[in-house]
Amino acid sequence: MQFVKDRFNYLFNSTKGLILVAIAMIGLVTAAWGMLSGPMAEMGVRDWVVRVFGMDLIQAEREGRIVILYHAIAMAVIAIETYMLTGLLKMKPFFKTSINLLITVGYMLTLVFGMGFAYFGHNWAFHGLYITGLSLIFFAGILLCVALYPWDKAYHVADQEHAHLPGGVDLERVAFFAASVTTVLSALFGAMPGSYFGNGFEVFLAENVIRYPEKTTMEYSVIGHLHIMLALIAIMLTLIIGRWLNFKGLWQKVAMPLMILGTIVLNLGVWGVVTPLEPIAHMVIYVGATPSMLAALFLLIWSWNKLIKDGTVHLTKPNFLQKLKALVQDPLKFGPTWQMLFMNFTTSGIGIFMAVKLDEIFRVWPAREERIELTGHWHALSAIIATIILMYYGDMLGLKGKIRQLYGWSIIIFSDIALAGVTVFEMKRLFISEAEQQPLVNGLMYAMDFGLGMLLLLLAIVMVWRLVDLFKPKGRWTEEAAQELSEEVTK
Amino acid sequence: MKRLILNLSLLAVLLASCAPVDLNAPMPIFETGIDSNAWAQIPAGEFYFGQHNEIQTTDAYEIMVTDVTAVQYADFLNAALADGYVKMDGEKIVGFYPGDEFRGVKHEEKIEAGAWLFIPLNDPSQRIKFDGSTFTVQSSYENHPMTMVSWFGAWGYCKYYESRLPTEMEWEKAARGLSTGSGSTRPFPWGEEIQLNNSNFYSSRAPFEDMKSFGSRTSPVGFYNGQKYGDYQTLDSASPYGLYDMAGNVWQWTGNVYEGMHYRFMRGGSKDVYDMDLRVWVRNNATPTYVSPGVGFRCVK
Repeated sequence: MQFVKDRFNYLFNSTKGLILVAIAMIGLVTAAWGMLSGPMAEMGVRDWVVRVFGMDLIQAEREGRIVILYHAIAMAVIAIETYMLTGLLKMKPFFKTSINLLITVGYMLTLVFGMGFAYFGHNWAFHGLYITGLSLIFFAGILLCVALYPWDKAYHVADQEHAHLPGGVDLERVAFFAASVTTVLSALFGAMPGSYFGNGFEVFLAENVIRYPEKTTMEYSVIGHLHIMLALIAIMLTLIIGRWLNFKGLWQKVAMPLMILGTIVLNLGVWGVVTPLEPIAHMVIYVGATPSMLAALFLLIWSWNKLIKDGTVHLTKPNFLQKLKALVQDPLKFGPTWQMLFMNFTTSGIGIFMAVKLDEIFRVWPAREERIELTGHWHALSAIIATIILMYYGDMLGLKGKIRQLYGWSIIIFSDIALAGVTVFEMKRLFISEAEQQPLVNGLMYAMDFGLGMLLLLLAIVMVWRLVDLFKPKGRWTEEAAQELSEEVTK
Repeated sequence: MKRLILNLSLLAVLLASCAPVDLNAPMPIFETGIDSNAWAQIPAGEFYFGQHNEIQTTDAYEIMVTDVTAVQYADFLNAALADGYVKMDGEKIVGFYPGDEFRGVKHEEKIEAGAWLFIPLNDPSQRIKFDGSTFTVQSSYENHPMTMVSWFGAWGYCKYYESRLPTEMEWEKAARGLSTGSGSTRPFPWGEEIQLNNSNFYSSRAPFEDMKSFGSRTSPVGFYNGQKYGDYQTLDSASPYGLYDMAGNVWQWTGNVYEGMHYRFMRGGSKDVYDMDLRVWVRNNATPTYVSPGVGFRCVK
């Protein structure tokens, strides 16, 4: 009994254990449900999975199933970010315990019973538990906002290297607070149409209605919700990475106000799509996105500069190659910001390019091509977020030496191969006709499947290792049970 | 050595990705026995429309049992060119369209009265050939659906024969059947589920496709009628009214012109999409000048 109690205590009462469980849950869902589409469906694997697991896939309910699947995975990601937050930032123990408890029960209910409801017959008790899970996560979010309240003097800072107001209010904490409050409000922004559509109205995927000139308020709300939630997950992760790397100095002092401003304006723009301000909402969104992305750029500049300085401290006048070597010598510290940069190639850059080429692309391409681009770009962003989390997790694991190199570079290279493949796939109509595309499509599919497959394999290896470790009386888990993220912030 | 193998493998994938596609690769010839000149009677009455089974109704009408074939379209072009209904404009065939009302809605483009593209002649995927006097069909594509035809080209064909493109509702009713009786909410014209030999869709292993080289290609109209072609056994996949290819093979232009949109809608899915897009309520749309080897049409009257 003590054996189980100790492991349970580690997995559900320590930050690293909680993160491990959530990553494992996401990995399981991704591996199992990844077999229902794309090449796996082509090869007949989908039919086998459906038969073996007794899934009940009614054709008319596909869109509803996918909405629940996205929520199930997203809630686990939000839980991981929350664990990171409660592990990194100062807060009262009561809040830390309550938030972690609520969000753990919440995402587990959401994931297990949401997927049960969506894919294994419609047990309405499961649906109720799914909603209960989402509600608990919402309450955890409210508690997090209270816990992060930056004007509490206990959280004021005096460090001159750290962005703060003259009175000592920590601007980084304000940025976390702004992201948390707007996340909770934007969750409501989605919950309202969610309740509406979940109560027997017509569920839809945003990418399928994007071209209709007139959309209902509820449709706008759904479209706004999914965009802002992903953006907020990315903003929160950028702040988390900054805290882990101990972002400070001039770049941080400029970045934090920009991030706060960007977060608030971005949200106002997105919420504006359901108001009479809709015609200018997109402009407001661009205005908000720009400072947020600038803040991320400043983090990148600062962290690369630091990596180079730290890695060449023993050299009097390092040359370019020595600086480059120093920059990339730790893939887990270099990787997160590199992925943020790469995102501009796979996501933001494409979005801007498409907007510029509106007359040649969206007004000419068939809707299905546009759908490929739309779903592709946010899948790419989600994947980038996942890889950044995995890199931070690699550091939490205490990976060192060759294993650290192998783990970090595998994530960067495999994911970037896959994401580059996705990007070219999205844009292929610009340079190849439908009739002539098959060899290119095959090559891109190999790249995507290879990259994602290897990434999942790597994750599986790590998960099996951690599982085996749990059976050891003095495994790594015993050390992790007592460790906290705030103690491991980069010096 | 390992690095060399890896690099060579990557190079092989890259070269294979850039390999040219033989758009005129031999096409197996099958006679389906389905009459492409036949029309089916669709009675007036209610039917389930859309993914969420909204009850709708239409008057009675007739609809073509198959998509318009390449040979039917070539015959049309020969007749229409002779009487001035269409004309050559460089490497394309154009015809008159009276235009749509422009409302200036966001992203809407003007469709003014004038000569609009029916079909391009210089596209390598075009199966209609013109020798300066006569339109003919590339050998072995005669009974395949007419593709590489714009919405204007489809609209013009139907109008020429005193018919029209089906509205989205008419199209869906013809695919799905009346709301009475069992299976009236069916997602596919033949029933609840789809198998590989129900229809020509992406990677369905139809005898016309080769996913390693040219990819998917059209199948003759009415191919999926339960016949066995060589070793390939099809399932009878007609709609309740006996229509063929209402799911897969080619998207079909429909006739609605919606307020504030220049886009025209297509139904049915095609050889280029996964099975989920073959569900009867799935919509696709494109600008009316869009042409594709995966888009065709049929008419109603």
